[in-house]
Amino acid sequence: MIDFGYGISPSSAINLDKFDRTRFEELAREEPDVLKCMACGSCAASCPTAGHSDMNLRKVILLLGRGREDEALRMVSHCMLCGKCLIVCPRGINTRHLILSVTKIYQKK
Amino acid sequence: MELTNQQRNVVIIGGGPAGIEASKALDALGYTVFLIERENRLGGHLGRWDRLFPYGTPADDVLGQMTASMGRVKWFTSTEVTQLNKLERGYNVILSNGLSVLADALLLTTGFTLFNASKKEEYGYGIYDKVITNADLEDYFSGIPVPAVGNPRRIGFVHCVGSRDEKVGNRYCSKVCCATAVKQACEIKQQFPEAVVYCFYMDLRMFGRGYEDMYLEAQKKYGVIFVRGRVSEVSEDKDGHLFVKAEDTLSGKPLRVTLDLLVLMAGMSHNRAVDPIARTLALSTMEDGFLKPKDSLTAAQASYCTGVFYAGACTGPKTLPETMAEARAAATNIHEYLQEQ
Repeated sequence: MIDFGYGISPSSAINLDKFDRTRFEELAREEPDVLKCMACGSCAASCPTAGHSDMNLRKVILLLGRGREDEALRMVSHCMLCGKCLIVCPRGINTRHLILSVTKIYQKK
Repeated sequence: MELTNQQRNVVIIGGGPAGIEASKALDALGYTVFLIERENRLGGHLGRWDRLFPYGTPADDVLGQMTASMGRVKWFTSTEVTQLNKLERGYNVILSNGLSVLADALLLTTGFTLFNASKKEEYGYGIYDKVITNADLEDYFSGIPVPAVGNPRRIGFVHCVGSRDEKVGNRYCSKVCCATAVKQACEIKQQFPEAVVYCFYMDLRMFGRGYEDMYLEAQKKYGVIFVRGRVSEVSEDKDGHLFVKAEDTLSGKPLRVTLDLLVLMAGMSHNRAVDPIARTLALSTMEDGFLKPKDSLTAAQASYCTGVFYAGACTGPKTLPETMAEARAAATNIHEYLQEQ
């Protein structure tokens, strides 16, 4: 077999049919405000870790709602819980508490 | 000799909300008003809708209130304008019921036509059974059987069907579909609480009072999932389920989902029935076919033709309260015009 230097990379597509919503629904029960996010990006723009990590709370919320939990949890691991995002969120989401709940719910496997 | 108001005729073409509201206002000012409607009842599109955003008011109640007292308005349903002639002063309007009226002023309240969703073949309206429109869903809510609805577990709403779409000749935003989609998403969750509901939007235009609250309620109370991205194609599997592709633009990833029902938010197109009138009177139209007012800021109810006025969606997509306000404004403008004659 000739090696052409190409490999098969997994599809980056989001397939909502394969997304088990149970855990996200558990998060929404504990943190109903997670549903209020309108993806404005204020949290990500104010985040002090953004310059040196891929932490982006807007994306964390989105990815959790799309079944991309691993990606979301990797981002969250950079959070320092400073709470700046809480100050800027126009929908009044308690983002700091939300992050703690995400960590709590998604870490028990 | 000075004419009394009652001796002056105003003909209003189009018996939807704008026509009804303007006819009553002009009647109250003492004019003799003729309201012409081609369908067999007054109300226009409002008559086909079940409930209205943002507070879920039943459309029938609104229409009932509007038509409860038509005063001395001479209104005709199932009637069309067969001939229109410009006279030295005013217009001669000949109707399909044989009536001929000498109108001192003419008000066009011809409204819009719902965009024909089958023009967007990639969405499969008229091809796949489980693809319906916003108007079909209103029928369903009103109690008219719509077999396509069935007992869906996964439902999608596609915003901007026939709007913001240069390819179909409608570059504009139809204005009411975002709020309608959010309203219908909440309503369908009331009917099927277990269903997962997605809204595929490009921008959510929640501009009116109460609309943002409705959006927030859709998110928090009903758990409607908003996906920012335009549906690119829909296909059907052997069991009749719909396979939908879009980009989830907020994550930058392609997105796939299988649905049991897809609702297309058909927008507003200009009403072609007004074209012959526009030609006869040499009225200006815009490139998308809507009538062009004399000045969209300061003379939105005036046309370029003396004695001809506009109100409502004949000049572009409008919400119901905007249409009603324009109707009352047009009545005032017509009153001023007739007093100067």
